[in-house]
Amino acid sequence: MSENSSNTEWPLWEVFYQPKDGKPYEHAGNVHAPDAEMALQNARDTYARRNEGISIWVVPSNQITASTPEDQGPFFDPANDKPYRHPQFYSVPRAVKKRK
Amino acid sequence: MSTFDTIPNTNQDALVEVLLRLADDRLIHGQRLSEWTGHGPELEEDLALANVALDMIGHAASLYGYAAELEGKEDEDYYAYFRDDIDFKNIALVELPRGDFAFTIARQFLFSTFSYFLYTGLIKKVEDEQFRGMLQKHLKEIKYHLRHSREWVLRLGDGTEESHEKIQEAIDEIWMYTGELFDLDDADEAAIKHNHFIDVTSLKPEWKKIVAETLEEATIEMPDDDQYMFSGSRQGRHTEHLGPLLAQMQFLRRSHPEAEWK
Repeated sequence: MSENSSNTEWPLWEVFYQPKDGKPYEHAGNVHAPDAEMALQNARDTYARRNEGISIWVVPSNQITASTPEDQGPFFDPANDKPYRHPQFYSVPRAVKKRK
Repeated sequence: MSTFDTIPNTNQDALVEVLLRLADDRLIHGQRLSEWTGHGPELEEDLALANVALDMIGHAASLYGYAAELEGKEDEDYYAYFRDDIDFKNIALVELPRGDFAFTIARQFLFSTFSYFLYTGLIKKVEDEQFRGMLQKHLKEIKYHLRHSREWVLRLGDGTEESHEKIQEAIDEIWMYTGELFDLDDADEAAIKHNHFIDVTSLKPEWKKIVAETLEEATIEMPDDDQYMFSGSRQGRHTEHLGPLLAQMQFLRRSHPEAEWK
């Protein structure tokens, strides 16, 4: 970048885009921007220039609360030994299948 | 048709002249913006400027392409690479050196605001379907260029003391080159007669209104309109800055006219 650019980086924003109407938003990546409007524009230039989506969300990265690696056990393991918690555990009755 | 030929009087000549004037503005502006690639103030802005540059060069390519079709030239490259500065019909505003970021943004804002009104007006008037189709396609991107540059004018103007000073200086410096946006010459009049162009002088009030509103919101003082205005570029009387720009843009193609991308 330019030699006289300042070293103070703009805040980071997470970018989500909606591929089609009614579809859930997907995480695309992140951008730096001084404020929300510029974050939207930068997101458009970085992630949505080739028709990838119809709508964009930008969220300040520091506003996201994430689970930590230490949470992995308590958060996700219990599901492994309780297969009946998964919908796939149950076979669909024939009558229901037919209706489709 | 070269610069010193008489006014275009056939329907086709009038259309070609309009296509080349629009395309030259966009090619030269795009070339200037592309100089920022790798030098943007931030990675994201580097990308944004390169995108706008690409859009403008793309607009120029399609306009040149249509002119080439009408004039029986091989393709759009003829106009971009094998004409000299005197044959270029762009206004001086777009050939001025890129300056600093504030200058680049100020120029883009003033030009994109004008382009927005010009294209909107042309779409209503132009009867040639191929030409109108291009205008409609380009207008979508012009709206984005306007939004991008307007948002930056607001932030620079109403930002820090230094950014305010820089954008105010840029606007003041550029102002004398905005007169050409609204110059109307005999070639334009001929094109208007054939429904290929509109009276650009009628766009001035709308342009001024948007510019005035934006500058006010950005706390930038609007320069006095009652000052010397540069003119003559459309007739080939350019500033000293166009020659070096063309030299850089054209030398490779001219040195290797038969070269192809493999």
